[in-house]
Amino acid sequence: MKDRASVVIIGAGVIGTGIAYNLAKLGMTDVVLVEQKRYSYGSTGRCGGGIRQQWTTEENIRLAKASVERFERMNEELGIDIGFIQGGYLIPAFTEQEVRDYRKNMALQNSLGVPTEYMSSEEIKELLPMLNTEKMMGATFCPTDGHANPFAVTEGYAKNAKEMGVDMELFTTVRGIDVVDGAVRCVKTDRGDIETKFVVNSAGPYSPLIGSMAGLEMPNKPYRHEILATERFKHFLDTMIISFHHGLYFSQTTRGEIVGGIGNPSEKPGYNLSSSLDFAVRMASALIDFLPQFKNVNVVRQWAGFYDVTPDAKPILGEVDGLQGFIQANGYSGHGFMLAPIVTELMAELIVNGKTSVPIESMNMRRFKSRNMVQEANVVG
Amino acid sequence: MSDSPDEKIIICRCEDVTRADILKAIREGGFTDLESLRHHLNIGRGPCQGKTCIPLVIRILRQETGASMEEIGLPTARPPVRPIPLGILNVNEGGGE
Repeated sequence: MKDRASVVIIGAGVIGTGIAYNLAKLGMTDVVLVEQKRYSYGSTGRCGGGIRQQWTTEENIRLAKASVERFERMNEELGIDIGFIQGGYLIPAFTEQEVRDYRKNMALQNSLGVPTEYMSSEEIKELLPMLNTEKMMGATFCPTDGHANPFAVTEGYAKNAKEMGVDMELFTTVRGIDVVDGAVRCVKTDRGDIETKFVVNSAGPYSPLIGSMAGLEMPNKPYRHEILATERFKHFLDTMIISFHHGLYFSQTTRGEIVGGIGNPSEKPGYNLSSSLDFAVRMASALIDFLPQFKNVNVVRQWAGFYDVTPDAKPILGEVDGLQGFIQANGYSGHGFMLAPIVTELMAELIVNGKTSVPIESMNMRRFKSRNMVQEANVVG
Repeated sequence: MSDSPDEKIIICRCEDVTRADILKAIREGGFTDLESLRHHLNIGRGPCQGKTCIPLVIRILRQETGASMEEIGLPTARPPVRPIPLGILNVNEGGGE
């Protein structure tokens, strides 16, 4: 392992590998990525793979739209099949209030160039005949939303970064970060120390622990989110369905499984990755409510992952006041995968050029001190 | 590789993964730990959830990497043990439509 590098990235999820790839693309290849387990371990490999532009804050809409443009050309760019299905996201409304809110969100999304449209319950039935639309008053639908395979994207980023010269040190645990005169100096691992001027904290749910090694108190906390997969069957569903009313989402992967999750409002923060029967029961019941004929479909496995949640459900991006060279790229609050293509590009720009082509100041960690926050509302769970 | 007998040995029956696929992933792809190998090839993600193939995959990994059983470990067991219909878990069942 190298004992010196221009940049040390911590975490090999979609964010860490994406930053490694984009740094190399900008010519910065003196980079070491350190990961305590393996690619996609903490959050990326456990997520639902959804990619959506239907957000309620301008920042998230802009970032998601830019990411979709990058997902669209990613197969060619990375030379792999990321399993991108651009079948749209349907967000059904179950109350008058939800209809009003979703129409308002749609207007903001449309003003930023996202082609969200409103659908009556009859139109939903036409688009998705198998869906139980009885209680739906309408929905918003964005045809350019979709979902992709998170393992494939991460593997693609890692493979291309490695080919350009980035070192990937998997199964390597960070033990400490040396800070000298208000600047990062060295990342200490169980396999040796790496002297560096830049440390990227892309450790997802573990990022508060990495931050604390550099003396930072971070506002994000890990929350367990459970998810399940059914047996595989013939492809019938292009659209990803998300209901904020139920805290539920599901889609059919290119492999043919239905993968979906449902939030648990009483979940406490912590590093708990166990699977619960309570989740299986709530998810199965909700899924059958949406797809009644699914009562005979087998569930083959369930698992859990973390949402890395910030107080306003928006990521923590960029430099840290008073700690030179420490770059935050975490706190995605359950939507890191879908934002990864643009955010990792911007983080690489920040490190190489000292500035970003899209402003990200509003997502700096200092916002939590000033209490100058605008809450993102479209979050499951 | 095309005329190698490894091409014809199916290791994961649910996902149709051959011994040749696994050797290639270990030797050329660098997927030398069980979980990474599983995710790369989708081994053990079908109806049997690895009950048939994982012991065979571990044996191949041992032969290729020299790692011990303890070092390789076992994948996390995911519920349910056997596939069950969603309807069994439905709390709304019998509630009338």
